[in-house]
Amino acid sequence: MKLPFRVQLTRRTEEIPKWLPLATSVGAVVAAFIISGIVLLSIGGDPLRVFGFFFRASFGSWGAFSDIIVKATPLILIGLGCSLAFRMNMINIGAEGQFYMGAFFASLVVLVPLVPMDSPRVLVLSLMGVMGILGGAVYGFIPGFLKAKFNVNEVITTLMLNYVAVFWNNYWIFGKYSDAGFQMTPTFEKVAWLPRLADLAKQYPVFSGITLHLGVVFGLVAAVIIWLILKYSRWGYEINLIGDNPKAAEYAGINIARNMILVMMVSGALAGLAGMSEITGVVHRLQERISTNYGFSGVIVAWLAKLNPFVVILVSILFGALIVAGREIQPSGLSFMIQGTILFLVISSDVLLRYRISIVKRQEEIA
Amino acid sequence: MSFEVILRAGLATGTILIFASLGEILAERSGVMNLGVEGMMLIGAMAAFKVAFTTQNAWLGLLAGILAGGILSLAHGVVTIHFQADQTVSGLSLTFLGTGLALVLGEGLTGKNAAILPKLDIPLLSSIPWFGRIFFSDFNILVYLGYILVPLTWFYIHKTRPGMHLKAVGEKPSAADTLGINVYRLRYIYTFIGGCMAGLAGAAISIAISPGWYSSLTTSGQGWIAIALVIFAHWNPFPVALGGYFFGMLRRFTLDLQGPMTFLGMRNPFFYDHNLVFFLQMTPFILTIIALVWGSSTARRKRRGAPAALGVPYIRGERGL
Amino acid sequence: MSSIGQENNFSVEMEDIVLRFPGVLANDHVNFTLKRGEIHALLGENGAGKSTLMNVLSGLYRPESGTIKINGKTIIFNSPKDAIASGIGMVHQHFMLVPTLTVTENILLGLDEPKFIMNLPKYNSKIGELQEKYGLKVDPTAKIWQLSVGEQQRVEILKMLYRGVDILILDEPTAVLAPQEIEDLMETMSALVAQGKSIIFISHKLNEVQQVADRLTVLRKGKVTAEGIPVEGLTRTQLAELMVGREVIFRIEKHHKEPGEVVLKVSNLSAENSRGLPAVKDVSFTIREGEILGIAGVAGNGQSELVEAITGLRPCTGSICINGQEVANQSPRAGMKCGMAHIPEDRTGVGTAPNISITGNAIMKNYRQEPISNGWRINYPAADEHASGLKDLYDIQAPSVNTQARKLSGGNLQKLILAREISCDPKLIVAMQPTRGLDVGAIESIQNLLLEQRSNGAAILLLSEELEELFELSDRIAVIYEGELVGQLDADQADLNTVGMMMTGSLRSDE
Repeated sequence: MKLPFRVQLTRRTEEIPKWLPLATSVGAVVAAFIISGIVLLSIGGDPLRVFGFFFRASFGSWGAFSDIIVKATPLILIGLGCSLAFRMNMINIGAEGQFYMGAFFASLVVLVPLVPMDSPRVLVLSLMGVMGILGGAVYGFIPGFLKAKFNVNEVITTLMLNYVAVFWNNYWIFGKYSDAGFQMTPTFEKVAWLPRLADLAKQYPVFSGITLHLGVVFGLVAAVIIWLILKYSRWGYEINLIGDNPKAAEYAGINIARNMILVMMVSGALAGLAGMSEITGVVHRLQERISTNYGFSGVIVAWLAKLNPFVVILVSILFGALIVAGREIQPSGLSFMIQGTILFLVISSDVLLRYRISIVKRQEEIA
Repeated sequence: MSFEVILRAGLATGTILIFASLGEILAERSGVMNLGVEGMMLIGAMAAFKVAFTTQNAWLGLLAGILAGGILSLAHGVVTIHFQADQTVSGLSLTFLGTGLALVLGEGLTGKNAAILPKLDIPLLSSIPWFGRIFFSDFNILVYLGYILVPLTWFYIHKTRPGMHLKAVGEKPSAADTLGINVYRLRYIYTFIGGCMAGLAGAAISIAISPGWYSSLTTSGQGWIAIALVIFAHWNPFPVALGGYFFGMLRRFTLDLQGPMTFLGMRNPFFYDHNLVFFLQMTPFILTIIALVWGSSTARRKRRGAPAALGVPYIRGERGL
Repeated sequence: MSSIGQENNFSVEMEDIVLRFPGVLANDHVNFTLKRGEIHALLGENGAGKSTLMNVLSGLYRPESGTIKINGKTIIFNSPKDAIASGIGMVHQHFMLVPTLTVTENILLGLDEPKFIMNLPKYNSKIGELQEKYGLKVDPTAKIWQLSVGEQQRVEILKMLYRGVDILILDEPTAVLAPQEIEDLMETMSALVAQGKSIIFISHKLNEVQQVADRLTVLRKGKVTAEGIPVEGLTRTQLAELMVGREVIFRIEKHHKEPGEVVLKVSNLSAENSRGLPAVKDVSFTIREGEILGIAGVAGNGQSELVEAITGLRPCTGSICINGQEVANQSPRAGMKCGMAHIPEDRTGVGTAPNISITGNAIMKNYRQEPISNGWRINYPAADEHASGLKDLYDIQAPSVNTQARKLSGGNLQKLILAREISCDPKLIVAMQPTRGLDVGAIESIQNLLLEQRSNGAAILLLSEELEELFELSDRIAVIYEGELVGQLDADQADLNTVGMMMTGSLRSDE
């Protein structure tokens, strides 16, 4: 039995309207909420109440909004790193591990300690930043190298390395640097804390309790730098060329293996910096579960932002809200499910950008 | 710690990986790479456990698990086969989607007791000395299914007409198409079978081999190891079985290493410094990477391995594969 | 025309076929008929719509309008399988064979038998019988990737005969064959016709058509310009005019030039193909300033590997010197720095990046240099200026330099590649199949551009499967067979026969 109509895909030959990518992304987000609502309804939940709560929990007050930005900060950095790698068709889903390694390396500054804890704050924090970047970069180097040298699927290696990083971290926080047997290190000295708006509460009472910290500036600066690289630099040109046609890039004399490794290291470095920013700006110690799946959310952020550095910032804020609200609402997997649905719908909707979809009548006879 | 115990534990837990890997072999042989195995396994485990819990019938649970994995895989099928989306990203999103759905729908199942599939001895075979006791007695029924499916899959791929069509679709879909083989339909079918097998693998965890629902810890990365095994095995069932049982044994071995014992007069460091256990827990993941490096580099060197059309959407009339 | 006796005489009648692709009217009200037991040539330039028309007849595409009659009965095909069931089988230009399966498996693919379990020995012998009947020799147990191109073609024909096909469509079957293999194919075709089969023979080579075909139909830009006229008595010039629509000049201007210093010196070069088998074996040659060395050979005899080794894209052993500088086994950049330009075989897969603008493609080789680059960044206004300069100079048809490369036609894409490579002022040009798949106008301009570079003193290595082109452009001709250079001749002394024999390995001349 055949339907009287069929869906026909025709490859677009004309330019895509400027608004269409945006519209598909927004549509994907809206549709993801609707689908999740239906799932909630099917298990006897009340989607309206949950989403209402979700909205209040995220945008209800300045404090809540600041929490969102705080959650968005690592996402911005990770999302930027992922976008850069994706531009070259390197699927880095190891930001989670790179984040942990960045946090671990940065912590060493305080835990070993690498500098005396009465050094100036700028020195301690800069060193921690450098260590965080280094940790992430080293951890990004491994899958980049394996891909370049042995053609090993980077999706699986980065994912495996995530597990390894978590166990690695656990060893240090449960064992060597444990705070009296708890699964965390002692709280860092104040010199290792990123400045927060709440620190200004004495002069400006309006900031009291506002958790926003300097890390967000790292994110914004990184976005500008990545944008400049992609838009104006020789390296950006090379990345785009490799991403579009690696054979042509090789033919143009570009060393693809080196760029694969480099881009993974930069991607990892950004995730490492996010790890550093999280432990110095939020938890002030190295501990378990410093990431609420930032690595995976960052992948989705990059995709939803269509790899555009500035859009990454906006999308990160949306996802920050999802994470903040996700802490409070039941069932706990909901925010994960919404994120997964969003990614799935975004990539399915890409078909709209490549093809014109039309419904045509089935022709049974040729006229 | 005895070798027999480790071997038997390996045969049991290895079955989980083998189901998932065999399914992935079939899907990838048809040209569809599905990186969503972890998500499909988790949703399979959840569905199987939930149905086995509510109906108290393990067989219904098994069916539910298989179908849940299969249905989720169809989403991947539509997006990659019809919409020609990138298979890597789509598979990844399937992992997120499957995990999220499983967590939401599996809310409140932790700690519950569901009906589980029976253990049994194989008549006659189990009475073979030593061999029968190790391989054919007191195993969950799914372990025996694993024994059967490995050679059966091999036979299907290499010795039957549908297996030949499967290979043709994954190697050169345009050739298959001109001879009247429906490339899209076959790819859907094998994607679905791959999903069903991943669902089966999930069900094998939650209602058979290590029963229970522990949210995302239920699968704890085994879906990814299953994919790595496929590459390591160069898309062949027998090496997948070897790898699967090996990883199963490794799992048990690292657990056993945590007990008090001495080896050549040395005290077991993992028992005396319990934190070293974290390094033991890393080993399956590091070994997976090593296996993957080995598999990928030999595939490159010997020019064998991945089906030629793996990851490439088929569009009739466009040049390419 | 419509008496019953005559109707029965036609095994295929296609009337008023229309098929449109995005932006192109591929078949514009085309008529075509095939008589039982004849060889009917379908002629036309690349892109004239020949393959499209035959893809319609073989059920791969459905026409927008028009009717197809097989043995007088109107039929609609939904798939190639339907067409095969009606006795029509097509041998595609790019073989539709699964490389990892055996000959027998490929032949059995898609059939309803064997039911489930493969019983290959039984079918091997069945196929053996078929081979005997038509004289198509090939080992049924061999895997396709182990076979030569000629053998693969035989498998394709066997595949159709096994299905009991009466009407065979051969899409440019000679394009991939050496002259002697072409002879074999011609004999096979005659044998098939003698056994009652009908053949449609797609080609753009006039001499072959004259040799073997009974009637011919010519397509030009999707339209029929000659329908079913007898081949006998037609001259080559008349045929060419029908194809191209104007008189074709078969010679291009080439001035004699004394070659200068040695630019490229290749010694004892060996390289492996992607399967790890030796593909280039101990090859040595030199090219001087202002000289074109043409390399002839049947496709797949190591040409691609040779070019990739020289341009630094493939590991190799031996020595490659450009103006005294050793570049073997270094990166593609090493050659570029020595003034090597490369016009690759695959212009969409290697030569350009499809989703990047014309500008982005035009600066692929010089984005590291002033004025395109200043320091770490690319000066995009300067790059655009460079690109539009090339666009005007080489007459590249495109709306603007921001147009994506994938929107260019084959000819314009090739001009873009040539423009880019020549703009770097090369000392050495390595060109592989620079004119393949282009229309006559574009071929002429590409060939003239190469000759111009020759006059400017560039050394040129030209690899082509079109012997005519090689003979016209080259100063010397070398022949490659199974990865070895089996002979090097001066172009004015070389004749088609000698080169043809060298191409099949039946003759070699050592320097």
